[in-house]
Amino acid sequence: MTNIGFVRSELIPAKPAPNRISGPMAWVQKNLFATPMDAVLTVFGMLFLLWIVPPLFNFVIGQAVGPSGTVEECRAVDAGACWAYIYNEMKFFIYGFFDIAEQWRPNIVFALGALLFVPLLIPKVPFKRVNAILFLLVYPAVSYILLAGGVFGLLEMPTQKWGGLLITLIISVVGITLSFPLGIVLALGRQSTLPVIKTLCVAFIELIRAVPLITILFMASIMLPLFMPQGTTMDKLLRALVGVTLFTSAYMAEVVRGGLQAIPRGQYEAGASLGLGYSQRMYFIILPQALKHVIPGIVNNFISLFKDTSLVYIVGMKDLLEAVKTKNDSALEWQSSNTATTGYLFAAMVFWIFCFSMSRYSIFMERRLNTGHKR
Amino acid sequence: MLVAVKGDAWNSSVFGGLGTNHMTALDSGPSTAPKTFFFNDPVIRGIVCQIVVAIILVSFIVWIIGNTAANLTAQNKTTGFDFLWKTAGFDISFTLLPWTRASIYWQAFLVGITNTLLVAFIGIVAATVLGFTIGIARLSSNFIVSSLATIYVETIRNIPLLLQLFFWYFAVLNTMPAVRESYELPLDSFINQRGIFVPKPMPDPQFAFVWIALLVAIAAVFGLRYWVIRRLETTGKRFPVFLTSVVVLVLLPAIVWLVSGADLAFEIPVLERFSFKGGVQLPPEFLALLFGLTIYTASFIAETVRGGIQAVSHGQTEAAQSLGLKEGDRLQLVIVPQAMRVIVPPLTSQYLNLTKNSSLGAAIGYPELVNVFSGTALNQTGRAIECIALTMLVYLTFSLLTSAIMNWYNARVSLVER
Repeated sequence: MTNIGFVRSELIPAKPAPNRISGPMAWVQKNLFATPMDAVLTVFGMLFLLWIVPPLFNFVIGQAVGPSGTVEECRAVDAGACWAYIYNEMKFFIYGFFDIAEQWRPNIVFALGALLFVPLLIPKVPFKRVNAILFLLVYPAVSYILLAGGVFGLLEMPTQKWGGLLITLIISVVGITLSFPLGIVLALGRQSTLPVIKTLCVAFIELIRAVPLITILFMASIMLPLFMPQGTTMDKLLRALVGVTLFTSAYMAEVVRGGLQAIPRGQYEAGASLGLGYSQRMYFIILPQALKHVIPGIVNNFISLFKDTSLVYIVGMKDLLEAVKTKNDSALEWQSSNTATTGYLFAAMVFWIFCFSMSRYSIFMERRLNTGHKR
Repeated sequence: MLVAVKGDAWNSSVFGGLGTNHMTALDSGPSTAPKTFFFNDPVIRGIVCQIVVAIILVSFIVWIIGNTAANLTAQNKTTGFDFLWKTAGFDISFTLLPWTRASIYWQAFLVGITNTLLVAFIGIVAATVLGFTIGIARLSSNFIVSSLATIYVETIRNIPLLLQLFFWYFAVLNTMPAVRESYELPLDSFINQRGIFVPKPMPDPQFAFVWIALLVAIAAVFGLRYWVIRRLETTGKRFPVFLTSVVVLVLLPAIVWLVSGADLAFEIPVLERFSFKGGVQLPPEFLALLFGLTIYTASFIAETVRGGIQAVSHGQTEAAQSLGLKEGDRLQLVIVPQAMRVIVPPLTSQYLNLTKNSSLGAAIGYPELVNVFSGTALNQTGRAIECIALTMLVYLTFSLLTSAIMNWYNARVSLVER
């Protein structure tokens, strides 16, 4: 071996093994105490948790009064949440003023809905087309007959008596199903080269998006009856549905437009060069890709709509939140310092469960349909 | 060609948009023109479709106007905006502008707008601070910090805002003690069922000098920034702009305050027999709306911020590191400017959402625009169409103004972009 200064002739000694790269201690060191600043933040975070978790736990579970409790227990000085109140008023929160003897009807509607809707959500279940037709065409008709009654010997049940979770679900499901196609039509109209149609769609979308939902509902509740021919009476539920659907469809249109713009022009041209007409191009080529792109946005809109159903108290409907508020204010036999808090906590949990599952499902769907658009 | 024409027969949708250009190009040859049935010509069909839509729309509007007129006559109601100059005669619990029962509806309209803007402005500032903090915390490598931020975001944004407002108003602020048993807060403030009472600053006339000094300091900071950027571009020398700015902004007014001997007195709220006297009362409706809007919107802003920061690719961080930039410089010069470009457009729409959501104050009795004008004024005058139209017009103006500013900003930012 020649004597070249910069060539090492013997191996360097091995480095000592890093002391912790796996195991719980290493995790703690890496994620909690990596730097002095991290350590300080961790300590403050711990203190915050210690400050907030025990009282919260005590309120919700520890010192809470269970379903079988009495109002006297709820009125005790150190009592927590009054779950007995929720348990006893549950029927009102779910069905509103629906006659108690007739509540099997909404129950069947709920069960049928779950039976038809859950298979639609699971990708592996077959017969999607039949299932969708049943859910979108047959189910609404059956549900309406069951709920409203007046035929087949069913007791007539005016919509004023519907309430609670039932109304929340009806408005959100109908709103979602109607605003989605309407939003797609508006988005396509906005992309159109025909000036009249484009202007019309742009004006509608921008006007609706500029104003709060509460004013749209005011309009639906006060002005809609004025617009109709004399003598027409408009059902309150119908007014709420019209307002919510129009509002959401404008937002849906903007989301879909984002997806349409993300599709390269070559796709439109490829479709045209295959000899496909406008509707074929849209249905087979453009929309499937565009909608896949914007699933998160669409689901976000659904979640907003679900939360926005709480505003229909404007038109005088008693949705879940309004039902809870009514009972909080009026159920004198359950009056205690924690009644209102418990009621709102319950409503919050119901809303949260629905919205959170929707957002999780959208993440699942996004992953499943991700066919190589992400780089 | 035959295939193209046949395919074009599918083009029967009202929105013959994208097909139009393409088919025009194909059909423009003189040899094919006579073969096509005139309705298969996309240009003609486009015009026909538009005329049909326009006729339907116009007749629909005429039908609605006719119905409305008939309904209004049947109900013996008049229309017009003359009511705006009539005496309103109702009380408004919380106003910034002078308001008496003798004030006219036009003033009620303005009171509503200022109340909306007040809560929206404070809410936007607070939600931005909270939202940025939580958005950055969610990206922290510290497990506890990022988990707390995640829990906050996932909880708050999945619960309706109206429910949160009810919670703050009915479950928190309404259960505060009566006036006599008020909790004392720091800085001579009190909280009770009627809201929070804080000391009211009573500056004497001399205090104007301090304001002038503050304005001068702000101008000086802008000048300094300009000078520093020019020096950086010509010589490459750097200067601690932020620190100097803070010092200037604090010191200059403080010195003027001390030198001029201006006196800043505070009117402290004092408990009298039934209520507090003096100070400023922040009513529970205002507080509940402010808390609700801030906490709710902050969760959305946090997600926007997180998305914006994550949108800057990791290569940018590595490139900055390999240039030898320190962590502070790396953030300030490389990451933040690029992240802001992604964050600002959705951030503005969150601000707009907050402003629109402030209309939910109507549900808890905060006298903002919808409550005052589409609520009380509408009920008293019965002029439903006029009141709702004016209310919508205000929100429409906010929205158009914001999008105008956004377009300007986007144009400015895209100039920087290659």
